[in-house]
Formats: sequence, structure tokens, C-alpha cells
Amino acid sequence: MINPHDSVIVQTVSRQLIPMVQVYSVYIVFFGQYSPGGGFAAGVILGAGLILTLLVFGVDRPEGRALRSILHGDGLGLLIFAGVGGLCLIGGGQFLNYSTLQLPGVDESARRSLGIVLTQIGVGIDCAVTALSIVFSLASITHDPDPHA
Amino acid sequence: MTYTFELVLVVLVLVTAAGAIIVKDLISAVFILGAYSFFLALVWAWLGAVDLAFVEAVVGAGLSTVFLLLALSQVRHQDIAIKHTPPPLVAFMALAPVGLLLLYAAADLPAFGAEGTPASLHIAPFYVENTLADTRTPNVVTSIIMDYRGFDTLIETCVIFAAGVACAAVLRKS
Repeated sequence: MINPHDSVIVQTVSRQLIPMVQVYSVYIVFFGQYSPGGGFAAGVILGAGLILTLLVFGVDRPEGRALRSILHGDGLGLLIFAGVGGLCLIGGGQFLNYSTLQLPGVDESARRSLGIVLTQIGVGIDCAVTALSIVFSLASITHDPDPHA
Repeated sequence: MTYTFELVLVVLVLVTAAGAIIVKDLISAVFILGAYSFFLALVWAWLGAVDLAFVEAVVGAGLSTVFLLLALSQVRHQDIAIKHTPPPLVAFMALAPVGLLLLYAAADLPAFGAEGTPASLHIAPFYVENTLADTRTPNVVTSIIMDYRGFDTLIETCVIFAAGVACAAVLRKS
């Protein structure tokens, strides 16, 4: 069970910090084609922001309940990744061969670039939700020997 | 060419790695392991593997520390202390010869980033030359893991998903 943090300082700083972390993760996922980064790192950063929200505001506050509803998105990222592969299949090509994505007016290399962006979004969502899900699982162990932990 | 910065980095990696083993308290070990991951990320960045350094810093120093601390917070207090048993004498005797053997073998390795080695002759030049034209992605690593080797990444994503589902299945009550 995760209780909200007492300190006003921690809560105020987190309120300012968490949006920045989330925006940074979006930057990482979309800029991963030009600089270090990519779906895994972005997903973990986003997940870390969500975990920080959970640890600071607790499970029972509105923020925590919103996080609990995010858990229903587990598997969405994998669906996006495999779905892009399936779209390539529908387009008449091989699975995960982005050059056969059915997009009008876009040449082959741009299709590949777009496929990379879409699959990176999928990987990012999967990593973020899984990180949050594991924290929820670890926190839901009922027997709690040390109440100050 | 001076190696001052690199030498400090290697010493820090070794000290934190040894500290995580020697320390008598699991929570301290987790924190030292996080520091070790961070220094290792700096080593990756020094070797030019910036993508790997990024993931190591984020996952090794950030996320796994949180997971381990959360797991330890559910454990009884007397289970957190580590009871060290002294390693057998044979291990100490074998340590120096094996280390010398590895150093001797390392002398035969090609220099870092050398041309003409199998690692830089086989398939790497194809990626470096064709990535921009094929995928319009300047970052070669991203285009490899997402496009050329997309299947591997798909299965990795499956593994992460399976880890989350397994944790929920084992631990979550409601």
C-alpha cells in the first residue's frame, strides 16, 4: 500500500517536475531517430514520471485512481507495434516491412521512417504501462511488516 | 593521449561493484548498485554507445532501483541484512591466475575501433551506408532495432509485456 507523501515541498516540486518529465519522454520518442533515445528509454522515462506521481500522491487520491485506470492500457503498446506489422501485411508485403504501409503520396523511405515512429510509440507505451503495472503489483502485497517504509 | 578521466571512471565502476557485494545491508547494496549502473552508463557513453548509455542510465540506475527498493520494503527487517560467508580459499587462489590469463588473452584483441576487424567488416558498413537512404533515419541504431531488426524488438516488447502480466498474476490480489 502506498500512502501519499507528507511533505508539502515534495508535493509542490513534483507538481512542477512530473509534467516536464512527461514532455521530455515525448521528446525522446519522437527525436529518437535523430539522437540517442528511442522507444525503450522514452517509455521508461514516462513510466518513471508515473511512478513518481504514484509515490508522491498515493493510491487513493484522484491522481492515483487515474493511474489505476492507465493499467487497463496494458498491451496497447504491443497491439500498436504488432498492428503496424499487420498493416504492412495487409498492404501486400512482409510482416514489419514498413515499405508496404498503405499511405498515399508518401515514398518508400518516408514510409519506413513513419513505421519506425509508430512502432517506437508502441514500444514506449508498453514500457511505461508495464513499469507502472509492476509497481502496482509490488505495492499491493498486503502483509506490511514495517509501516514506516 | 591521457587517460585521467577514464581511469577515474574505471576506478569508480570497480569500487561501486565491489561495494555492492561487500556491504552488509541490502538497501545500501541497492543504492550502490544504482550508482554502479550510472558509472557504467558513463563508460558506455565514453565508448561511443550513447543509446546504450541512455538505456543503462534510465533502466539500471532509475527503474530497477525503484523496483528493488519497493520489493525490499515488503520484506521483514531481519531478512534485509546479508550474512557473509567467507569465500573458500580455492577461489582466492584461482583469482590471480584467471585474471592474468584474461589479461594475456586481451592482448590479442584488436584495438578499440580498429579498421579491418571482422566486427567492422561484416554487416556494419551496409547499415552505416544505407540507413539514411532506406529509412530517412540519421540514427543508425534506431533504424536497426526498429526496422532492419524489427522482429527482435517485437519479441523484446512481448517479453516486457509478459513480465508485467506475470508480476500482476503472482503478486496482485484484487
